[in-house]
Amino acid sequence: MTALDGRIDYDVIAGWVSPGARVLDLGCGDGALLRHLQESRGATGYGVEIDIDRVIAGMKNGINVLQIDLEKGLYDFVDQSFDLVIISNALQTLHRTEKLLTEMLRVGREAVVSFPNFAYWKHRVAIMEGHMPVSDRLPYQWYDTPNVRFFTIADFEALCEKLGIAIRERLVLDDAGQPVQDEPNFLGSFALYRLGGARG
Amino acid sequence: MANDIAIPEDSVGIVSPLCARFDTPLTLKSGAVLPGFELMYETYGALNATRSNAVLVCPALSGHHHAAGIHADAPKNTGWWDNLIGPGKPLDTRRFFVIAVNNLGGCHGSTGPMSINPDTGKPWGADFPVVTVEDWVAAQALLADRLGIDCWAAIIGGSLGGMQAMSWSIHHPSRVRNALVIASAPKLTAQNIAFNEVARQAIITDPDFHGGHFYEHNTLPRRGLRLARMLGHITYQSDDLMAEKFGRRLREGGRKFSFEVEFEVESYLRYQGDKFAGSFDANTYLLATRALDYFDPAHDAGGDLAAAFAPATADFLLVSFSTDWRFAPSRSREIVDALMRNGRNVSYAEIESSAGHDSFLLDDPHYHAVLRAYFDNITV
Repeated sequence: MTALDGRIDYDVIAGWVSPGARVLDLGCGDGALLRHLQESRGATGYGVEIDIDRVIAGMKNGINVLQIDLEKGLYDFVDQSFDLVIISNALQTLHRTEKLLTEMLRVGREAVVSFPNFAYWKHRVAIMEGHMPVSDRLPYQWYDTPNVRFFTIADFEALCEKLGIAIRERLVLDDAGQPVQDEPNFLGSFALYRLGGARG
Repeated sequence: MANDIAIPEDSVGIVSPLCARFDTPLTLKSGAVLPGFELMYETYGALNATRSNAVLVCPALSGHHHAAGIHADAPKNTGWWDNLIGPGKPLDTRRFFVIAVNNLGGCHGSTGPMSINPDTGKPWGADFPVVTVEDWVAAQALLADRLGIDCWAAIIGGSLGGMQAMSWSIHHPSRVRNALVIASAPKLTAQNIAFNEVARQAIITDPDFHGGHFYEHNTLPRRGLRLARMLGHITYQSDDLMAEKFGRRLREGGRKFSFEVEFEVESYLRYQGDKFAGSFDANTYLLATRALDYFDPAHDAGGDLAAAFAPATADFLLVSFSTDWRFAPSRSREIVDALMRNGRNVSYAEIESSAGHDSFLLDDPHYHAVLRAYFDNITV
């Protein structure tokens, strides 16, 4: 989580959650988002987290937390058992990207995915200068980053196309948390998507 | 003597067992009827004015009512879950009123095989009826009635104790707000029943068992109980932990080419076996392992665990331990899955621990932090 996460991202996601929705939040961290959705939208559901300290933090936050390794998939979640499956700023930390996206839309009627845009212009400048980017959205050195997948807005949309996933809404934000309209893959540092099955 | 005992600040201190006598007949799941019975229990903390802060601690296979603190006449005999229960501990007795019981069929004062059968005037022995988890819960519910506890803030148990917590949530949904099920399973596997059967056979085939009426012969099936406990101990630990604790170390450095105690692990097992054989009742061991075997709430719901949990309204916490192969994490996940299918509030933690099934009795910092976080969010 970075300094720029917080209310702006959360409010965007909250706007995509219908009142009383049943939500599964993958990589829920300390549970702040799920708690926000419970309080602002009356949502119910579960957070999934692998790190025990964050599991404990989630419990302190009063959310349902399940300590499950997402790399093993969502095998014991029932088809279409959630209104919304969210992965907020965590997809880039998991290896099995295709499998997970497919699973999210098996388990949920809709999915929300947010991630840092690797092609943001400041990141491009860093590469031009010969270094891996370090920014508010990618606040790690190459040797200590939890991220294992590095992708851009253009890459993500191409994968959705390949997997038959429909992009229902997209919001791209800049470093200041302001929406970006033009050249999102260049000017945007963070992207949020509301996704559905192709025929959904 | 008690004045000389240094009691830690986070201990519930000196406690005294209590006994509740019930004179109404209790029909057991088997159809057998107990004409009346007694339950031993202990309490820690104080019941609040609205009676909303009571927590029931359900014992595991060899557990009983002495879960915390010490007895004045046995200051070294600390309760079996003392690391969990006390002022400032995860199950904080400054907020909660905690009750621990010795179940029916037990050997620590509650009515069981060592009690006198009123029909014969002799100890029940092997004639004591087979009791189930559901029977234990029925008896615990009568104790709750007696103590004026309409609804438990929480019921917690590990292993067989977790099964009691689950059973409460299914059979008395309005009386449980939170169920904490630790290192447990929705039913035993064939392998698990097999271990229990070997333990039972060790006891039953001991010539001193006398068909379960060994009290009359003034003897104890020590060899059988000892073997049963040795087997149990092996399965409650992990391969890694035994390797770490004992490895292949020899007690006296060299091989004696004998069948005496040479490896340290042999010495440990014999010590544990002897200690247990001198303090636990063989008939109770048979009953408790059978209660484990029989527990299977899905059985009464067409084999569907989610359907079995349909009546439950409690919130749940499930905890498992990475090296527990007797009640493996996957078994807790089955319970989580069934609860999610019912839309229940449930949290689940899988604690990294090297100590196997026994981990639930230890005070691993992450494990206790999970329990503390959960208990702290329970309103009283």
